Amino acid sequence: MAEPLLEVKGLKVRFATEDGLVKAVDGVDFELERGKVLGIVGESGSGKSVTAMTLLGLTRDQNSLFEGQVLYKGQDILTMPESQLRDIRGNEIAMIFQDPMTSLNPVYKVGYQIVEAIVAHEAISKKVARRRAIDLLKQVGIPSAEERIDSFPHELSGGMRQRAMIALALSCNPDIVIADEPTTALDVTIQAQILALLDKLRTDFDSAVILITHDLGVVASIAHEILVMYAGRVVESGPKRELFYDPQMPYTWGLLGSIPRLDRPKQEKLHSITGSPPSLINVPVGCKFRPRCPHAFDRCTDEPELVNRVESPDHFDRCWLSLDDKRRLRGETLAGEAVA
Amino acid sequence: MGAFIVRRLLGMVAVLFVVSFLVFFIFIKIPGGDPASRMAGKNPLPQNITNIRKQWGFDKPFYIQYARMMQKAGNGLLPGKHGEYDVLRSFDTRQDVAHEIKRGIPATMSLCIGAAIIWLFFGILVGVISAVYAGRWSDRAITTVALIGVSMPVFWLGLVLRFLLAEKPNNPLFPDGGYVGLTQDPVEWAHHLILPWFCLSILFIGFYGRVLRSNMLDVMNEDYVRTARAKGLAPKRVLLKHVLRNSLIPIVTLFALDFAAVLGGGAILTETVFDLKGVGWYAAQSVGGLDLPPIMGVTLYGAFFIVLFTAIVDILYVWLDPRIRPS
Repeated sequence: MAEPLLEVKGLKVRFATEDGLVKAVDGVDFELERGKVLGIVGESGSGKSVTAMTLLGLTRDQNSLFEGQVLYKGQDILTMPESQLRDIRGNEIAMIFQDPMTSLNPVYKVGYQIVEAIVAHEAISKKVARRRAIDLLKQVGIPSAEERIDSFPHELSGGMRQRAMIALALSCNPDIVIADEPTTALDVTIQAQILALLDKLRTDFDSAVILITHDLGVVASIAHEILVMYAGRVVESGPKRELFYDPQMPYTWGLLGSIPRLDRPKQEKLHSITGSPPSLINVPVGCKFRPRCPHAFDRCTDEPELVNRVESPDHFDRCWLSLDDKRRLRGETLAGEAVA
Repeated sequence: MGAFIVRRLLGMVAVLFVVSFLVFFIFIKIPGGDPASRMAGKNPLPQNITNIRKQWGFDKPFYIQYARMMQKAGNGLLPGKHGEYDVLRSFDTRQDVAHEIKRGIPATMSLCIGAAIIWLFFGILVGVISAVYAGRWSDRAITTVALIGVSMPVFWLGLVLRFLLAEKPNNPLFPDGGYVGLTQDPVEWAHHLILPWFCLSILFIGFYGRVLRSNMLDVMNEDYVRTARAKGLAPKRVLLKHVLRNSLIPIVTLFALDFAAVLGGGAILTETVFDLKGVGWYAAQSVGGLDLPPIMGVTLYGAFFIVLFTAIVDILYVWLDPRIRPS
């Protein structure tokens, strides 16, 4: 494979606030190849959405500080002038947001909002753009698209709105689609449809997808690689199979254990990670997960590097526990979870 | 839509009834409000007062007096000749109230329409600039100026403006009050109105600017504005088409009601200070003389505009915000 489509190197994003410097993203590295789906998983406040927004330069502000590089086709998005960035936004990298109820402008028709994006990037007439918008709405599975194009967002159901949002994101045939919690605000039955749609469109449009979610169940179906984030940094990353069958970080176990499962004996209570994510202003010393980790020991006051510790070469994690300890403790946490 | 209009019209009648009845009731209850003794002049004979009372119908029960007054007010709107006592007439001057209000309309319209254009334009400009530069020194400067504008009472500002710009003995920049008809001399018309326009607008500019600023700052944080930016739209387009468009919806309500109020004779202070003989000036005169028929006339006239513009806003809203349907 040649040069990756997107390469993020040592990305740090900080926001100066009245309470202090918020270290929203604190060292994130990954690569994304054409046609791949990367899942970024973590709790609220783990920095996953800020990472996503930064990939489009949407976190730029007088109070934001950036470090590292975000290379899109070899060009650094962090230092790119705003006008050049605008040509990329929506055109080469597009974004789907969490809440389709609020992400479309309520006073404009759906078609208008899609056409607006198309004519912002391509020198074509509104009429041609409108025809393309109808095709897009058909492709994302909106019935009677010719009529729906003149609907206002509030006239569509949540699932339809998210489909319209996806059509908007695909309107300029982008290389990368960033989907920030695209299914969180939707009914469970619609969630699966939207995920399947995203996966199908990825192949149709030959795009790469970054799927951001707090729900490992969502990435399980379509992601190729998974990045687990905690307190602004990557704590574990690897191919999907590795992450699900041989998770190394106690944090990842916690996330996996908190998914309800039908194929396991019924437990009294669903597993939950105790405590809440740390403040991003006063970040804990050492391993960031240490204050909440039931298996922390003295070594955890030094922060472990994100390195490969298992046999599989692409699997990285930040945990000092020995492999034997991990396998034993993990079994307890996941209560009957099969150990690969 | 038809049902909506019918309901609105019925509502309008109800509002006009309540407003006029309240005005009438307050008037007959205030001390010194007996019009007959006032009309009879100083040291009148009791017989004189009784005569006036009979002639003007003040001896009738109050609800009959009210009904009669409403009938007269209605007659004033109908074309054709009416009898001496069949139209609303001032107790003091015996002038036809409808006629007097009509005479004041050109001055009031000129003042209000001109001022409304100015305050809407500059109010939006101030709001947009201070929202775009929120937190920076230019925002602070504009906010301070707007606050000063809001805090200046019209009667004070008007007098200061007159003193500084219109009352210089040699070469005053502006004429000192008065009104010249637009058809009579357009240049003098504008020349006479510049100070009143400015004076009436300044308060609204400050107020609208501040409301719009906070609306815009709220809308800027909306998800759909982020979507617009993520689409790669130019900042100007995001600002005007997405932020401003949504922020203006509440401004429309404010504007319609304020405009209706000044148009209906609410610009009393400005008209009085600058000696513009409009509807507001007429209202001030009548209130000073406890002269019920003109007060009633101006009240009905003003209430009519308020109700009318409220209905217009409701219809406009359907177009401004598609989520709203007339129900």
